[in-house]
Amino acid sequence: MVVMNPAGDVARQQADLILWSTGLMLIIILPVIVLTGLFAWKYRAGNADAEYRPDWDHSTGLELVIWAMPLLIIIALGALTWLATHTLDPYRPLTRIAPGEPVTPATKPLVVEVVSMDWKWLFLYPEQGIATVNQLVVPVNRPIQFKMTSSSVMNTFYVPAMAGMIYTMPGMETQLHAVLNKTGTFEGMSANYSGAGFSYMHFPTRSVSDAQFGEWVDSIRRQPDRLSTDRYLELEKPSERVPAMGFNAVQPGLWDKILGMCVKPGTPCMQDAMAKDMNRGAHAPVSNRPPVDKPDGALFKAPEEKKGGENRGAPIETPAGSQDRGGKENRSFSAIDRSTLPGVPGRSSAVAGA
Amino acid sequence: MSETLLKTIFGRLTLDSFPIHEPILVGTFIAVAFGGAVVLGALTYFKLWGYLWKEWFTTVDHKRIGIMYMILGIVMLLRGFADALMMRAQQAMAFGGNEGFLPAHHYDQVFTAHGVIMIFFVAMPFVTGLMNYVVPLQIGARDVSFPFLNNFSFWMTVSGAVIVMASLFVGEFARTGWLAMAPLSGLDYSPDVGVDYYIWALQIAGVGTLLSGVNLLATIIKMRAPGMTLMKMPIFTWTALATNTLIVAAFPILTAVLAMLSLDRYIGTNFFTNTGGGNPMMYVNMIWIWGHPEVYILILPLFGVFSEVTSTFTSKRLFGYTSMVYAVLVITILAYLVWLHHFFTMGSGASVNSFFGITTMIISIPTGAKIFNWLFTMYKGRIRFELPMMWTIAFMITFVIGGMTGVLLAVPPADFVLHNSLFLVAHFHNVIIGGVVFGVFAAINYWFPKAFGFKLDKFWGTVSFWCWTIGFYVAFMPLYVLGLMGVTRRLRHFDDPSLQIWFIIAALGALMIAAGIGALLMQFWVSFRNREALRDTTGDPWGGRTLEWATSSPPPDYNFAFTPVVHDLDAWYDMKSRGAVRPTEGFRAIHMPRYTGAGVILAGCATVFGLAMIWYIWWLAALSFVALLAVAIGHTFNYDRDYYIPVEEVIETENARTKALAAGA
Amino acid sequence: MSSATIPPGAEAPIFYETEEHHHEAGASTMLGFWLYLMSDCLIFAMLFAAYGVYGGSYAGGPDQRELFELPLVAVNTAMLLFSSITYGFAMIAMDENRKGATQAWLAVTGLFGLAFLGIELYEFSNLIHEGAGPWRSAFLSAFFTLVGTHGLHVTFGIIWLVTLMVQVGRKGLIPDNKRRLQCLSLFWHFLDVIWIGVFTFVYLLGVLR
Repeated sequence: MVVMNPAGDVARQQADLILWSTGLMLIIILPVIVLTGLFAWKYRAGNADAEYRPDWDHSTGLELVIWAMPLLIIIALGALTWLATHTLDPYRPLTRIAPGEPVTPATKPLVVEVVSMDWKWLFLYPEQGIATVNQLVVPVNRPIQFKMTSSSVMNTFYVPAMAGMIYTMPGMETQLHAVLNKTGTFEGMSANYSGAGFSYMHFPTRSVSDAQFGEWVDSIRRQPDRLSTDRYLELEKPSERVPAMGFNAVQPGLWDKILGMCVKPGTPCMQDAMAKDMNRGAHAPVSNRPPVDKPDGALFKAPEEKKGGENRGAPIETPAGSQDRGGKENRSFSAIDRSTLPGVPGRSSAVAGA
Repeated sequence: MSETLLKTIFGRLTLDSFPIHEPILVGTFIAVAFGGAVVLGALTYFKLWGYLWKEWFTTVDHKRIGIMYMILGIVMLLRGFADALMMRAQQAMAFGGNEGFLPAHHYDQVFTAHGVIMIFFVAMPFVTGLMNYVVPLQIGARDVSFPFLNNFSFWMTVSGAVIVMASLFVGEFARTGWLAMAPLSGLDYSPDVGVDYYIWALQIAGVGTLLSGVNLLATIIKMRAPGMTLMKMPIFTWTALATNTLIVAAFPILTAVLAMLSLDRYIGTNFFTNTGGGNPMMYVNMIWIWGHPEVYILILPLFGVFSEVTSTFTSKRLFGYTSMVYAVLVITILAYLVWLHHFFTMGSGASVNSFFGITTMIISIPTGAKIFNWLFTMYKGRIRFELPMMWTIAFMITFVIGGMTGVLLAVPPADFVLHNSLFLVAHFHNVIIGGVVFGVFAAINYWFPKAFGFKLDKFWGTVSFWCWTIGFYVAFMPLYVLGLMGVTRRLRHFDDPSLQIWFIIAALGALMIAAGIGALLMQFWVSFRNREALRDTTGDPWGGRTLEWATSSPPPDYNFAFTPVVHDLDAWYDMKSRGAVRPTEGFRAIHMPRYTGAGVILAGCATVFGLAMIWYIWWLAALSFVALLAVAIGHTFNYDRDYYIPVEEVIETENARTKALAAGA
Repeated sequence: MSSATIPPGAEAPIFYETEEHHHEAGASTMLGFWLYLMSDCLIFAMLFAAYGVYGGSYAGGPDQRELFELPLVAVNTAMLLFSSITYGFAMIAMDENRKGATQAWLAVTGLFGLAFLGIELYEFSNLIHEGAGPWRSAFLSAFFTLVGTHGLHVTFGIIWLVTLMVQVGRKGLIPDNKRRLQCLSLFWHFLDVIWIGVFTFVYLLGVLR
């Protein structure tokens, strides 16, 4: 059970919190269950020996106990919650990478910028100047700061072995600080339903030694592909079961443009509109980009513009399916031109296909 | 015909809107069409149409409306459960190379429809139906405050259900999850009819729910029998009061937020869009400000049911009535202070998260107190293990487990790893099945003899009970485990083969529940067949304690020939123990509301309006809306809305009851 | 506790009400209508909340100061306030059972209501022609929805008013009709109160801030 036996310090503390809370609550839950069974048996109608007091309906002492007991438990649990919520606030930089191993002021966290797209994950490594799709590689025991956003709808970024999940939202940045204490490959995923390709929106998270991390960065740098604006716009289109990819360089300022939802040339950036609005005395709004490219409301469509509301289910006789991740036959919903996808070592099937 | 003309007439409805290439849907359609034809044919053959129209569809009698709500709930339960079976089957088989039998397009509709139907068209009708049937009887009233409105509310709920069912065979339902979270539900990402089906089904049914809330609230406040002060009100009526307060104070929020979503979709406003200043987080907040009270709307009346059942079947006063009432009120208020716990993971600050986490935990205090109250009601009682009591004990054990996992989810850092996981899915099924569904079955078994004059068969009821309870544990305990294994919800395909066994167990559990539903239907049938043997002539088959047991089973149209006077909390128990004598003469003509077809017609217009809006058939939408207004206005010109039941008829009914009582004694 | 029972031997209490009390038809109507109004109030509360959140989300578009014409809105507010006063006069006339006067005041109320709607529609069409339609920014979406929902309520109020005038014309001031007029009275004043909120929070604070 990966949630209870995670590989990262944050998730470890969260698992401990689950155990502590459960323990606290069992103090009251177990007696209730036992008493229910006991009373049901003892006071069954067939048992004439049991005492029967049909008008006994009040006891101040007992009532005090049944309100006070849960209250005490909740006071304890509430205090625990208050402390744990503040210590484990995902926005708070890590103060330790493991019990007894505090983070020194000299340690700089590795920054990873995460973009959830329809239906894949884009990771930007600003320090290294590289980017990957559907593969996250991090050095073990180094604090990581994830900055997250989404290119379309909401998702959550969740690596159960590492830390809890946080939403990724279009036009907004959320954050997560975490660390992995063991090397190995762990499953990462989106946990918030985001459309047709949602089921395949998972990615391997590899935790490696510092040396291996350096080698891996170099291997990505040797990839032929560069994440330019055009490349990003192509990637942004909906696609499923996208194989792992690597980009040797990233268009400067791309992350800010993703966050401002203005990667497409000519689109006004949210940051600009927000700055303008703030000058007018308004409070800070969210996703405040002028509406460009937005579909017209239904009432303003000319009759011929009404798209048919057809039922678009795929015929059942030809289920898409192959264990080949990234296999062409699997991309039934929409596809990226495969000839443009560089494969990445480590994802055997994808490479074999490319 | 030109395409423009076609689209003007039919909107976006085309021949392609009919899913003729989906064998599952075609099969379902054939089965439904065949079954429907048989039912319609039988109705015609036995000439029952006139009877149904005159006695049921147009009725304003709260008892018949209550029964119709329950029937709606059972019918929709079958649909919602079919969805559940499909999901369980898909998840049990779709591993590795096997894609299962449902493509994403279909599967995503199935889980959305399952949630929407189970909450809005199963649980809500059950709860509303129970309150409708029982509350006026418990407070010694002859009907609700606004009998016509009651009929209209019911048919609006049916209208919503019809719209959801229509999406099965024309077009598609939403593929968004049951709360249709923006921006996924916006026009950018869901341009199809699915979300529009969702919006209009809920808006129309929501009107019905809101009005029935107003109605029952006014009824409880204004129409209690003389002597029934608030603190002498039966506990079920108290919970109904709390629930309807929640309905009146929560459903407008749903109406507003869905209206904003539809404005985004229909005229292109920017409430929940990604650009133009819109804010999808606003949708999440607003829908949960309705959504959390909704949880208590569902569970509170069942808390009332369990209280009544425990007290009746232990032959003992309810322990701690006063603290029970305060517990209900505290829950009602706190219901509005916890909504953010549904999205701790959206990046709120630690203090905000802790605040909502702790308010959530505080709710467990009154809930815990209630559990103890039931426990100590059993203490030193004489427990008769009839079906309602069995359901209650199953509830107590199951619900505390669900409550515990719920408090666990209220601890924000724990929620970070459990949110949107199968652990969460297991939790809310644990409280909804263990609380609401078990409660509804307790209530059905408890009040069925009141409604129909004969008890339900105990053998098949027991079979159903064990299938449901064991099936529940088999189906949902694996989901807790899977949640702790880091498996999240709404997935239709998995890679890790080690998970499969858990899904197969869960699917077996679902099959056991299916057997439980089958046994339930069998129970109805067998009881109907043996109704003479199961007949109850006393009107009080369980040794009841509240006023609904003071009248005959089934009660006459007017409920009580003479309004009872209340001196004690357990009014009927008090009357029995102090030898109250039922008056057998001095009857009078009784003033009653007249049946009307206006509710059916109005709801019919609303259905057409909803479907026309969904399919962008503007002319039909305008027409049906005008028709709706015209019928509503026309109805207000009808001043002749009541009549007197002649005294002869009252005497005849009451004399029959006197004879039956004498024969029974 | 409420469970205390009367000791045996005490005089047997009455358990059935043998004398039938006449329940006035629609005795709960005012309460029920009041409950409905409170739920309607919550819809407006949500729309106000939405306006509070989106009030500064101009998305690069125009803001309150560029769009709102206070004099026009002041006239508009006056129309609605006057209509409330005249409705009050109608109710006074109704209490005095003066059918003609009631009808006349109702008609005046309706005309004020129509004037209010006319001015609001004029304002809306101006805004849309300036390119400040509800689709321009979230601020404008929230503005149009809040003000438009209020306008929609006024529209239904007027339809209801006309219906009631016809019914009073046909049947006179019978108790049923009086009750309906009282409900509409609640509704009409309720809309007035909402409008005062709109005028203050949306228009005044928007322009003068």
